[in-house]
Amino acid sequence: MKRWFNPIRTLAVIVLVALGSQAWAQDNSIVVASTTSTQDSGLFDYLLPIVKQKTGVEVKVLAQGTGQALDTARRGDADVVFVHAKSAEEKFLAEGFGVKRYPVMYNDFVIIGPKDDPAGIKGKDVTTALQTIKAKAAPFVSRGDRSGTHIAELKLWQQAGVDIAKDHGPWYKEIGQGMGAALNMASASNAYVLSDRGTWLAFKNRGDLAVLVEGDKRLFNQYGVMLVNPAKNPTVKKEAGQRFIDWLISPEGQAAIAGYKVDGQQLFYPNANDPKA
Amino acid sequence: MNDFIDALEKAASLIVHLDAELREIVFVSLGVSLTASLFAFTIGVPLGTALAICHIRGRGALIVIVNALLGLPPVVVGLAIYLLLSRSGPLGSLGILFTPMAMVIAQTILCMPIVIALVHRMMADAWGNYGDAFLVDGASRPRAALSLMCIARDGMLTAFLAAFGRAISEVGAIIIVGGNVKDYTRTMTTAIALETSKGELSFALALGIILVILSMTVSATSFILGHALTGRWNLRRSQGRPQT
Repeated sequence: MKRWFNPIRTLAVIVLVALGSQAWAQDNSIVVASTTSTQDSGLFDYLLPIVKQKTGVEVKVLAQGTGQALDTARRGDADVVFVHAKSAEEKFLAEGFGVKRYPVMYNDFVIIGPKDDPAGIKGKDVTTALQTIKAKAAPFVSRGDRSGTHIAELKLWQQAGVDIAKDHGPWYKEIGQGMGAALNMASASNAYVLSDRGTWLAFKNRGDLAVLVEGDKRLFNQYGVMLVNPAKNPTVKKEAGQRFIDWLISPEGQAAIAGYKVDGQQLFYPNANDPKA
Repeated sequence: MNDFIDALEKAASLIVHLDAELREIVFVSLGVSLTASLFAFTIGVPLGTALAICHIRGRGALIVIVNALLGLPPVVVGLAIYLLLSRSGPLGSLGILFTPMAMVIAQTILCMPIVIALVHRMMADAWGNYGDAFLVDGASRPRAALSLMCIARDGMLTAFLAAFGRAISEVGAIIIVGGNVKDYTRTMTTAIALETSKGELSFALALGIILVILSMTVSATSFILGHALTGRWNLRRSQGRPQT
């Protein structure tokens, strides 16, 4: 009987496949740990080709929640973090994991809910709106994933004088997922939800949802960018990473951010020159 | 029902226009999953065979473990590989986290128990039927095992397809170790997860339809390939069939 299994040929195939995978693994690009809002809103799809063209840096984006993104960077698995929770970012800097935080841009949060607004929060200020939702036990979807939006939501409950960790019922659904998943769930169950405006505007499965509360300055959502500290993680590509950051905060990068529009509406407002942001 | 019709239309339009982004995603999906199932197959077949025909101590326990691993949750594998490959993990110096290589490793580990368990079952049966005959004829154990693999080749193909099926449909592990980076580690399944989170439900479903078509294509190709090989092998086997 002849051998149908030729070890040399098989080995050659395996080696070729392995080499192919190696070629994939090679890269001269940076990893940016960022948030689901920057990806789901389509900002990165728009921005990254411009970054590549202007700076030569190829950016690989990990869309995670702010908490997870900072954790990825702490482990040394990202070169740059681009997130939106100032308190968490400052903690990250204080621990020595980041070099410097640069403000980049802002957008704002909005409270989304069913168009017919059963709890009657439309047009109210944000703390009254949250108190009303709680008083009427209207269904509310919370991200519950330590993301920037989740952190902002918890802060807003606090400002409304509600201890949401202790004082919530079955109306408050913590789903532990991204912004899109939270919006999908709110859409399917006609619930209220806090979202960043960018993701909301780009979101396609709106159902009966609409923006009910907006424009309150407590709903302000600031994005910052930081290079991961090369002193802590020697593998950080600091040169390319810094080049990416420098471009983002340059007048050219800021203009590009301002130029991103969905349905004619601007999603992000550059403010790198505001030192307090 | 509108969503489904919409999805079908979108799937058709994506295929007809050979959408560039779709091509990239399909390429990564097939590349990663085929490589992983091939690795799992190459490692799993000898292990499954050995488990079937070698009487080693603790074999029963090994079989129980392998069968239990069939239910290995992809997220857990993903998380474990993530911690191993992370820069602050033991294999961090390789620098392959968030690359297709990391995805191949994770899927290989996921697919291996399937190959081992299926091959073990088949080879145990085949060994029961023909094993003694081979040994009486004076064939060595490895030699007999090789011949048995030929006899059980249809089952081998099933084992490979089952492994591939698990790999191509899996999302939990690769989204953690691959990071769903556009044009690099984005696959059919991670793209579906992403489009769902963007609220593009019918587009996500369209991608799902294409994934099923892809899966069918691979299955059909293997079937035809298997048939072609079977024809040839039958010829060879009739010349060299062991005299029992």
